[in-house]
Amino acid sequence: MIAILKYNAGNITSVKNAVERLGHQCIITDDPQLLASADKVIFPGVGQAATAMEYLKAKGLDTVIKSLTQPVLGICLGMQLMCNSTSEGNTEGLRIFDIEVKKFPPYNIVPHMGWNTLNMKESKLFKNIPTDAHFYFVHSYYAEMSKYAIAECNYILPYSAVLEKDNFYAVQFHPEKSGMLGEILIKNFLEL
Amino acid sequence: MLKKRIIPCLDIKGGRVVKGINFLGLNDAGNPIELAAKYAQDGADELVFLDITATLEKRKTLLELVTTIAKEINIPFTVGGGIATVLDAEILINSGADKISLNTAAVRNPDLISEIAHKMGSQAVVVAIDTKLVNNTNEVIINAGKTPTGIELVSWARHVEQMGAGEILLTSMNQDGTKKGFDIATINAVSNAVNIPVIASGGAGNKEHFKNVFSKTNVIAALAASIFHYGDITLSELKYYLKEQNIPIR
Repeated sequence: MIAILKYNAGNITSVKNAVERLGHQCIITDDPQLLASADKVIFPGVGQAATAMEYLKAKGLDTVIKSLTQPVLGICLGMQLMCNSTSEGNTEGLRIFDIEVKKFPPYNIVPHMGWNTLNMKESKLFKNIPTDAHFYFVHSYYAEMSKYAIAECNYILPYSAVLEKDNFYAVQFHPEKSGMLGEILIKNFLEL
Repeated sequence: MLKKRIIPCLDIKGGRVVKGINFLGLNDAGNPIELAAKYAQDGADELVFLDITATLEKRKTLLELVTTIAKEINIPFTVGGGIATVLDAEILINSGADKISLNTAAVRNPDLISEIAHKMGSQAVVVAIDTKLVNNTNEVIINAGKTPTGIELVSWARHVEQMGAGEILLTSMNQDGTKKGFDIATINAVSNAVNIPVIASGGAGNKEHFKNVFSKTNVIAALAASIFHYGDITLSELKYYLKEQNIPIR
């Protein structure tokens, strides 16, 4: 069973639709038992960091996410909340990835919105994905460059676009909105 | 490198596409799902659906349509038309729309922009601005192009940015439907005044018009309807041409 973390963030239905298009069953849940017993967990998110984090803490989901041992995929805000902290509302994160999330300096249009390419390293997550693949981004905050980055993106400055550490994976873009190649990435995650 | 987005727009009435009858290769010309899927496959970077009936009784049909689009289509899409409250926006986004587009309601009640942005995030709020040259000033026009507001375009664009709009969809009515090209001066006036993405709309008639708008302004996206619906050019042809012209295109 694939579990999608239910919390006060948008975009959850889109992730469910993408998983179902790939022929997998999934549940949207905030039940710690179901999350712990799922084969894969997706931590999606569009929204505001502080309110999302407050909600996760109130429900005790912050500890649940950190203690998961199966593959976990954070998407967009989900990825940012997996870092140490984000300057969006000065929010403490889950500290899975020991890096900071900062606001883009205003040297170009913010948010970074649209299709962009990555500099990818080897990873099972990128199986069958060409190096010039485009993914759909929408964000005003970025995760700084780090040793966990398996892909970097360059917009205003280079930053971590995909992170990997043990069983935790995170992507800044929206694979569920990135056409066929985005679906391949989700499929790769589901087949880990 | 961030690519310029090409966005086909579909006008929806009672759950059917109303612009264009002559779609190539489609059996059911008026089916928005089929057309959307075809556009997505052809390389559309995003889609916009404008509900031009937007009456209360048709609202349910629209929601069913949005739910189906979200299930079938794997690229971002915006829904506009008749959104007047935070609840309207919330229902559409919860049905699977990535963004909603406000027009008349934003002018009547600018607080609506910040209320929706606060609840759903700025990235979900597109403010559509229709403008027309009146006495040498670009004026904001509402009610589907019928009612002049006396509001000056650039000041309104700045205001919607401050209120939390994530994007501006700018339609120049001087050019709309003329196929004479995008209104470069008006687009520059807005895109140079704000730091959020601007989508240019109105006047696209050929491939060169897209090249012009991307090389003579800093807009990040261009929207068109009839040029795609009537098969004047296909999305894949257009994107191939723009790439050859060194415009950053997916």
